[in-house]
Amino acid sequence: MYINRTVFSEEHEAYRDTVARFMDEELVPSHAQWEKEGIVPREAWKKAGDVGILLPAIPDKYGAPGGDRLFSSIVIEEQAKRGLSGPGFTLHSDIVAPYILAYGTEEQKQAFLPKMAAGEMIGAIAMTEPGTGSDLQSVKTTAIREGDEYVINGQKTFITNGINSDLVILVTKTAPDLGAKGISLILVEATREGFTKGRNLDKIGMKAQDTAELFFDNVRVPVTNLLGKEGTGFYMLMQELAWERMQIAIGGIASAESIIEETATYTKERKVFGQPIAGFQNTRFKLAELKTQVQIGRVFVDKCLELIMKKELDASTAAMAKMWCSDLNCKVIDECLQLHGGYGYMWEYRVARAYADARVSRIYGGSNEIMKELVARTFD
Amino acid sequence: MFDRTIFSEEHEIFRKTVARFVEEEMVPYHEQWEEDGIVPQSLWLKAGEAGLLCLTVPEAYGGPGGDRLHAIVVIEEMAKKNITGPGFYLHSDIVASYLINYGTEEQKKKWLPKCVSGEVILSVGMTEPGGGSDLANIKTTAIRDGDEYVINGQKTFISNGHNAGLTVLAVKTDPSLGAKGVSLILVENDRPGFTKGRNLKKVGMKAQDTAELFFDNVRVPASNVLGEEGKGFIILMKQLEWERMIIAAHCTATAEAALEWTIDYANQRMVFGKPVSDFQNTRFKLAEVKTSLTVGRIFVDRCLDALMKGELDNATASMAKLWGSELLGKVVDECVQLHGGYGFMWEYPIARAYADARVRRIAGGSSEVMKTIISRTMFPKESR
Repeated sequence: MYINRTVFSEEHEAYRDTVARFMDEELVPSHAQWEKEGIVPREAWKKAGDVGILLPAIPDKYGAPGGDRLFSSIVIEEQAKRGLSGPGFTLHSDIVAPYILAYGTEEQKQAFLPKMAAGEMIGAIAMTEPGTGSDLQSVKTTAIREGDEYVINGQKTFITNGINSDLVILVTKTAPDLGAKGISLILVEATREGFTKGRNLDKIGMKAQDTAELFFDNVRVPVTNLLGKEGTGFYMLMQELAWERMQIAIGGIASAESIIEETATYTKERKVFGQPIAGFQNTRFKLAELKTQVQIGRVFVDKCLELIMKKELDASTAAMAKMWCSDLNCKVIDECLQLHGGYGYMWEYRVARAYADARVSRIYGGSNEIMKELVARTFD
Repeated sequence: MFDRTIFSEEHEIFRKTVARFVEEEMVPYHEQWEEDGIVPQSLWLKAGEAGLLCLTVPEAYGGPGGDRLHAIVVIEEMAKKNITGPGFYLHSDIVASYLINYGTEEQKKKWLPKCVSGEVILSVGMTEPGGGSDLANIKTTAIRDGDEYVINGQKTFISNGHNAGLTVLAVKTDPSLGAKGVSLILVENDRPGFTKGRNLKKVGMKAQDTAELFFDNVRVPASNVLGEEGKGFIILMKQLEWERMIIAAHCTATAEAALEWTIDYANQRMVFGKPVSDFQNTRFKLAEVKTSLTVGRIFVDRCLDALMKGELDNATASMAKLWGSELLGKVVDECVQLHGGYGFMWEYPIARAYADARVRRIAGGSSEVMKTIISRTMFPKESR
């Protein structure tokens, strides 16, 4: 548009070209098939690792690209633009890997990060349980110390990358009688005995993304699998919430921009009552309203990205971005689906899939109700 | 939260001066002005003395020689206190700018110092009973007769209409042409045949005088034309980005103030044994409002930054005007609701803000006109 984006350097834009080319060649053509299968094959992850799309912001001494969070943002944007909701790259690269980088021992980092960067090892993080969503303090999964091992029992659900995962950061209670202070993070490899993966859950959208139940039945891991210190799990999970929520905002606004563009094109081509849909004032006004909101959201997200880079973004502003952009993306897609008429309801149209995919963005990463609560605390 | 970055230290010092003036000279009297339907010229003279008028008029014409951000400071400080009576920005930032940019040296020397001092109040006569945004079809004519123009016609909805000592009048000097026949002519109050009609009653903006103007064979010298004959339309189009940003900035500052009043009220007012702010609905509604305002504030400041660099385009400014005014409308509505019955009482600022806000979606180019402009960026052909 007319307000130029200023957050990215030339180096970032060159990286964007690489990412875009990879996605067009390797992801876009197969995505429909992956939706049918409910999962993205490991080969796609390995290819992504080969071209440097995984773990963009992890240092190169761990075999990763060694970029910054703007590199990660580029992957998020390019994926969102194309509606590539299947590959859970962002969770793997920008949520799971950063925990290991920030809190892992050197040994843990060496063991996991290079393989994750290469796409040989797929990461997941298991927080939610059948009985608890955003209310982490009451997790029921336990990890009880026994000599040099933890013995893990419990169950998790809604775990993104769950079926593919080779490594899970598991949120457990090492001290079940405590609340937040009893929470620890434990690295659990998929090969551990007693760790089983349940159903690949059927969802409204995000059809190509594997979302699993995980079961832990007397799973034994060495104490060296503890991430950070015992009892600091809750604290660790809170540290990067601003960045984790921005990832949703970044994807939301990029998705909304691309859907508007696509819908503008569609309405120019498609005719009804002898004129293009764009010939009707309602069409033009609706799209003008949406474009206005998305332009405003774009400026906001970029400002937040600037602050992320300066490490100045606070939790409540990130909560605003998450809430506002996910709400907006859903509204944009809904209006654009309407402008597509019956075709908008057909799965082959991008807007139909986007409609189904977007709904969860108002729920995950902290529901938008939780976001409002966070913003409201600034009034107290 | 975000720090605003567009203002210099000098702007912030100026802001303090403005805030003090608003608090001392405007807040105590605004209610009276609402009853009177007009702000007395004595206020304009005081404002002139304090340096609050015509911030961008160069020092050569007695002005402060400031920039548009100084002007924005005045707009914001008045908006914060819900001061909608004095039509300062129309005078200072819209009409005076036409004189600065298109006036002859003689016109500038004659009028600008008096505009700066508040001795002469400016208005612009565009809208007619039969035509709002459709300027190319105005009916008021100014026909050349020797060294004079003879003006006939009628204008309405003219802000500062009664107070104005000088009106920049949009007329057709060539009625056979459309936009190219439009010229701007300076009309002084004392010209025979120029009369002012009713002070119009409005939903809000009660202290602002809004007039009908009548022109019956009014004769002005040809030297009263502003810019060239036939260039009126272009002149009026030239600073539209700025005029839209004025409204966007005003709306955003007003909505921010409305949120503050409402947070204060909700924290104090008890219902069912606890403050209104303890109810989740209140907290969530206000969280939504605050989020939208934060997003809007970043956008408006980004646009102002672009404006100062001469980079702001019409469509983006239209987005700011459209969204800012629509958001203000939503915010004051939600805030009235959270005030309950008190929100409907005129003594509460939120009630007045609610009434005042409605016109923002209409004046300065309606929301529908904004959407037309924005949609042209996507649909160049279909929108014509």
